[in-house]
Amino acid sequence: MAEELLQIEGLCAGVEGREILHSLSLDVRRGEVHVILGPNGSGKSTLMNVLMGHPKYQVSGGSIRWQGEDLLALPTYERARRGLFLSFQTPEEIPGIRLEDLIRTARQAVTGEKVKILPFRKELEAVMEGLAMAPEYAQRYLNVGFSGGEKKRAEILQLLMLRPRLALLDETDSGLDVDAVQIVSEGVAKFHTAEDACLIITHNTRILEKLRVDRVHVLLEGRIAETGGAELIEKINAQGFAPLLAAGE
Amino acid sequence: MAEKKTYVADIERALYDIRDGDNAAYKSESGLTEAVIRDISGRKQEPDWMLNFRLQSLAIYNSLQLPAWGPDISSLDMDRIVTYVQPDARLTGKWSEVPEDIKGTFDRLGIPEAEQKSLGGVGAQYDSEVVYHSIQEELVQQGVVYTDMETALREHEAVVREYFMSLVPPKDHKFAALHGAVWSGGSFVHVPAGVQVEIPLQSYFRLNAAGAGQFEHTLIILEPGASLHFIEGCSAPKYNVTNLHAGCVELFVKEGARLRYSTIENWSRNMMNLNTKRALVEKDGLIEWVSGSFGSQVSCLYPCSVLHGENARCEFTGVTFASRGQNLDTGATVIHAAPHTSANINTRTISKAGGAATYRSAVKVTKQAPYAKCSVNCESLMLDDESRSDTLPVMDVEGAEADIGHEAKIGRISDEAIFYLTSRGIEENEARAMIVRGFVEPIAKELPLEYAVEMNNLVSLELEGTMG
Repeated sequence: MAEELLQIEGLCAGVEGREILHSLSLDVRRGEVHVILGPNGSGKSTLMNVLMGHPKYQVSGGSIRWQGEDLLALPTYERARRGLFLSFQTPEEIPGIRLEDLIRTARQAVTGEKVKILPFRKELEAVMEGLAMAPEYAQRYLNVGFSGGEKKRAEILQLLMLRPRLALLDETDSGLDVDAVQIVSEGVAKFHTAEDACLIITHNTRILEKLRVDRVHVLLEGRIAETGGAELIEKINAQGFAPLLAAGE
Repeated sequence: MAEKKTYVADIERALYDIRDGDNAAYKSESGLTEAVIRDISGRKQEPDWMLNFRLQSLAIYNSLQLPAWGPDISSLDMDRIVTYVQPDARLTGKWSEVPEDIKGTFDRLGIPEAEQKSLGGVGAQYDSEVVYHSIQEELVQQGVVYTDMETALREHEAVVREYFMSLVPPKDHKFAALHGAVWSGGSFVHVPAGVQVEIPLQSYFRLNAAGAGQFEHTLIILEPGASLHFIEGCSAPKYNVTNLHAGCVELFVKEGARLRYSTIENWSRNMMNLNTKRALVEKDGLIEWVSGSFGSQVSCLYPCSVLHGENARCEFTGVTFASRGQNLDTGATVIHAAPHTSANINTRTISKAGGAATYRSAVKVTKQAPYAKCSVNCESLMLDDESRSDTLPVMDVEGAEADIGHEAKIGRISDEAIFYLTSRGIEENEARAMIVRGFVEPIAKELPLEYAVEMNNLVSLELEGTMG
């Protein structure tokens, strides 16, 4: 059996005093692909933010362990250095910070090693080409003036350049046209290896076509209502969340 | 356990704060009287017209009120300001002849080093007089004149008489009148038609004496088609008494000429910086201002561009950093006075630790200036809750078919941006520094390299201090 990467046990968490996740448990092992489906407001993004340590969210119960270590005790940057990566649903625009500089600084931070500029730039350009991103984007300020699709591609670019152990993808495919979904999905497929795992929130299952999905979880009102294999995606696509919601009542 | 707190470091002032002892050869009486002015003029052996100009300026000064707007400058007591401090050094073109203590000061500030590396000429003023001046022989051969104002008044009297305070007349405001009365030192540059000065000229102004004023006059004339980059730096050590800087800069940019005027001002926090700068730009001419305001207790600085000829242009780039005890009121003024003139104003202000930063600008488009184009972009960043930032842009448009754009932003560092960067493995204090550096980046890239480095150091973050 593959090694445990992430173990969420009875997690209760929320924002501004309101609990959104109620006793949620979920395990991700090395190299696995997990998909979380659920209607809006079911707590999917909250889970992502809690995993990454967003200061706005409070954990009121349960535990999260990362390779045995207490993840909740670590500040956000340490979580990133352990190997977590969050691809944001709405990536921030930060004027004055060039995409290339951000990725280089981040690479240095997560690897703890000095990054040599020229080989790094070469590598960056190759990965950008794979994502059909024009090389000029590396010199542009982070997400400033980027279209929705360009922002998402810049997230996947960072994912591929930083090579975390677990990619948290928060609706990385939302708002993209068919071609962009294809590119992003190929990017995620490139990232995924026997070592590196994904936890994917999506409404659009096309992003999953190039991936071998191990587990699918349906999140309803802050609880995992059902867990299954890839076949659960078909079921939800066909029936929607209504039967599960009805069963819960 | 004490909690660590992050903060944006102040400018490293130690370098600037080293003061030399009281080494003046002569100081005027404090205060402003006719006798003081006659004394200054006499010591400089000026022509009568200049003495009369000074005396008329004094009369205007006495007749004008302090401005009714802007930061409080009531703590300025002119009776206590020493208007003229003559250093114990004669003007020289040889660095080795500058007295040791004065030389030490400029050495620490990196002036001779900068000259060797990247400048075409250097002037260094200490208190009221220029003590060192040099210019590359090649420029002299092209007819470029770069000297101190006293020498210019002797050797180019007719030119000085024609231009001196014609753009900033003494009646403009009280401190212009004061300047007219007690001005001393400064730089004179004359670039003949068509001459491109490829490497910058730099003047450095240092005020060492406590309780003194510095009133240097900078007069730059670019004949048609000429181009120049002029850099001005200023600093002073800190004293417990108020020092005053009321310099005046007059720039004449003739047809098709291009002038870049860069200033890095790093006065100590006991300085009232009430400086007046103005450029007159003729047809197809370009004035580029790059202005960094980091020091002083109070600053009022709004470089003005008069776009006097068709297609004249102005680019203004400014950054202001106000910290504890500072009230920095900075911005720009543009007067569109001819058709198809255009201006671009781009500023960033940062305030922290209770500092107050105000952006103030005035754009006027006269009836004589149809098809004027002006875009103003001013952004402010407050690093904590005790700091202040205000934005006061004024637009007065009379010309037809004007294209005027204005964008102002006042903000704080967003928690979401910090979260984003920390989610990439970057520590929070470094994330904050990256955001602040990013905020001033569009400005930093306009600065001369060594100043860009200084500005980056300035916003470098330190983990320090303890709370609770």
